[in-house]
Amino acid sequence: MWSYLIRRLIEAALILLGISLVTFVLLYLVPADPARQIAGRSATAETVANIRAQLGLDQPFHIQYVRYLGNLLQGDLGRSYLQRTEVSELIAARMPATLLLMLAAIVVELIVGLTIGAVAALRRNTPVDHGLMVFSFVTISAPQFVVGILLLYVFAVQLGWFPIGGYGTFAHLVLPAVTIGLLGTGWYSRMMRSSMIDVLAQDFVRTARAKGLGRMRIILRHVGPNAILPIIAMIGIDIGLFMSGIVVVESVFGWPGIGQLAWQAIQRVDIPIIMGVTLVSAFFIVLGNLLADLIAPMVDPRIKLK
Amino acid sequence: MSPAENNPGRGDAPRPVLSVRGLTIQVATPNGAKTVLEDISFDLNQGETLCLAGESGSGKSMTALAIMGLLPQPMARITAGSISLADGTELSSRTEAEFRKIRARRISMIFQEPMTSLNPVMTIGSQLAEVLLEHDMCSAAEAPAKALALLKDVRITDAEKRLRQYPHELSGGMRQRVMIAIALACDPQILIADEPTTALDVTVQAEVLELIRALQREHGTTVLMITHDMGVVAEMADRVLVMRSGKQEEAAPVKELFATPRTDYARALLAAVPRLGDSPARPDPDRRHDILDVEGLSVRFPMRSGLLNRVTANVHAVENVSFKIAPGETLALVGESGCGKSTIGKALLGLVPSDGSIRVDGDQVVGVGQAALKQVRRNIQMVFQDPGASLDSRMTVGAQVAEPLQVHGIATGSELRDRVEWLFRRVGLTPDQMDRYPHEFSGGQRQRICIARALALRPKVIVADESVSALDVSVQAQVLELLRELQEEEKLAYLFISHDMAVIDQVADRVAVMNLGQMLETGSREQVLRNPAHPYTRRLLSAVPIPDPTRKRPPVLPRAGEVGTPVFKKGQGPEPFALNEIAPGHWVAAHPDTEQAA
Repeated sequence: MWSYLIRRLIEAALILLGISLVTFVLLYLVPADPARQIAGRSATAETVANIRAQLGLDQPFHIQYVRYLGNLLQGDLGRSYLQRTEVSELIAARMPATLLLMLAAIVVELIVGLTIGAVAALRRNTPVDHGLMVFSFVTISAPQFVVGILLLYVFAVQLGWFPIGGYGTFAHLVLPAVTIGLLGTGWYSRMMRSSMIDVLAQDFVRTARAKGLGRMRIILRHVGPNAILPIIAMIGIDIGLFMSGIVVVESVFGWPGIGQLAWQAIQRVDIPIIMGVTLVSAFFIVLGNLLADLIAPMVDPRIKLK
Repeated sequence: MSPAENNPGRGDAPRPVLSVRGLTIQVATPNGAKTVLEDISFDLNQGETLCLAGESGSGKSMTALAIMGLLPQPMARITAGSISLADGTELSSRTEAEFRKIRARRISMIFQEPMTSLNPVMTIGSQLAEVLLEHDMCSAAEAPAKALALLKDVRITDAEKRLRQYPHELSGGMRQRVMIAIALACDPQILIADEPTTALDVTVQAEVLELIRALQREHGTTVLMITHDMGVVAEMADRVLVMRSGKQEEAAPVKELFATPRTDYARALLAAVPRLGDSPARPDPDRRHDILDVEGLSVRFPMRSGLLNRVTANVHAVENVSFKIAPGETLALVGESGCGKSTIGKALLGLVPSDGSIRVDGDQVVGVGQAALKQVRRNIQMVFQDPGASLDSRMTVGAQVAEPLQVHGIATGSELRDRVEWLFRRVGLTPDQMDRYPHEFSGGQRQRICIARALALRPKVIVADESVSALDVSVQAQVLELLRELQEEEKLAYLFISHDMAVIDQVADRVAVMNLGQMLETGSREQVLRNPAHPYTRRLLSAVPIPDPTRKRPPVLPRAGEVGTPVFKKGQGPEPFALNEIAPGHWVAAHPDTEQAA
């Protein structure tokens, strides 16, 4: 168990190193010039060159990367070009909002997605099943900014049930959480449906019926726990899906999380912030997958960590 | 209670506990309703064992599921007939909710696959307690003690420990015992056993059958047993109902059926059953040279663990095995599941990495590159157990037989087609079947296609890995006959891997017995099967059911010592032992209990 954990943590560190390199290369190749952004349109070439030298952007790529990596190992994500603040402080200030949104979205996804999937499997090939699967297909295919704007228009503008944007109360949380959650709902319901259908056909379900057990008990005690096993791994992957969604959704709803921070930074080519948000997101994805792998053996006694 | 049951003067008159009358079942298919069971009638009498016997598709399992109310819904339904218990309770028209009071309490069922019939994420104890609590057999506080008593009742070793274990930690035989414990938890009148030992090794089968008989005596349970194995029928049944394609062919007391079968089908079925002991004469193989020469073959699968994921232990699947096969000769490899016999088959074709030496017609298999392996594989081919799974369902069967010829660049165009046609005729199929897909064929025909594919390259050696085990006995006999003909004409050498001693007795020239990756005994068919010297061989043979109800099989011999494991720490291995030649060509591993052959 401990050696498994240590090995996985070493792997995680290597993954993060790889991601930092790839992101750094991509940002290096971006044609936009951060120094020009900082200096402004009217600045002279000399000013821009000064800023570039100040930020070390005139150095060759490998020197820049090694310097960044050296700071990173000391926990220093660098300073924002434009806000003149430590990136780690900016991220730390915005992380609670994003984590809250993530948690709420996952709860929405799991409750709605697993229920829809289970009902569809139990009513397989009926109009109920077809209807639910059309719904899940729509939620998977619809772009999140469209869903977000639609929800805003209906529930905030027309009905006035929820605030149009911002952060603070539970009411603020509902629409962004549902917007992100709907996408995951589609995936979870499809996974759950096919997993349930597999398990319903298993021999041990027939054994449970032969024991004279009631339908609810068979579903909750025998089918459910077995059907959920493949879903656990999915939760780890889902965090990746979530991280890609927050950039859009936080901007639509004015949610002050790291997605919005990233969006602003991308527009201004604020490289330290982009790097920082990418690494933090990657860290959560790696952590999510590790947690999923650690939870799996608790639910399924056949899995042993080696 | 009905007046008849109270009548003390009834004597031994059979008293039915279950009556089935005119049972007819239809299944919905895309082409309309299809009758899969037609007008089945029988009585199940108190305390007896009735066997429903028949080949696949005969409707025997369907009958059992109908009695339990477990027919696949909504595809299958009872369209006529009745199923009634002794007190008049009618089962055929019950709803699911009403059936719950019958199941486990009055009728229980055990199934073919003990591996998959238990919930993998629940402990044995809670799966037992569940059925007790569902039917109010005891309070929640008493359940663990009651569950333990049930496990002891089915003679499970370390019963306390098993309660806390999960199904995957138990062997197949133990899992079937747990299933029996669950089935008998509420002391039902009737136990339905659907192929309860088909998935088990022969020695475990013997033990489980003995257990069912013993529990039947103790509890007075009536048993309805479903099996395709006439050996099991002879051993277990009081009466037999022979079924075929959903109809009942013949019903008779077991001795009568085996002595004087009245219908042609029952006669044919019994004639097709392979019997240990009536071994047909075999032609003498050409022993001047060996076409397959295996020397010191070992196959190990590494197990990794620890911080650096290094190999810390090995599964010694095959350990230092040597044998030779001459052209036209059949060597049978026999042993229980996990003994390494299939791994040897794979190693011969270079499908798993191995150590030692394997020479096919002089060419080395071990440690050579892909190009050399491709050449070797022209001379050695394999036929697998499951013909359904070893054919590609999206490719025509003709294309699959043609594929090896194309891969090896042997034939193209019309020549290729001619060759494939010839192969189809050779295995008893017609060339017009070439353009069809595997699902359009029966199991026996599919195995013929697999044989045609294996023959395409005109190999000199064929590895037949349980090639007839999944087939019905009548089809099995035909495929064995085909294999024999091909061997005679092409001088093929067979490595025939099987767990079935009776089949081996039909086909083998020589037999090699394996356990835990090692060869324990080898010799001619007569030496090993008639005059077994190693205690393991003797135990295996003692467990084979005899398809003759007049001959009682003595109880299976006890296991010699502890069950070993093929897993060893890195650098260690099983203790090597010498094979001693106790008679010309009869080699036996040294063992304290080894009997010297006369």
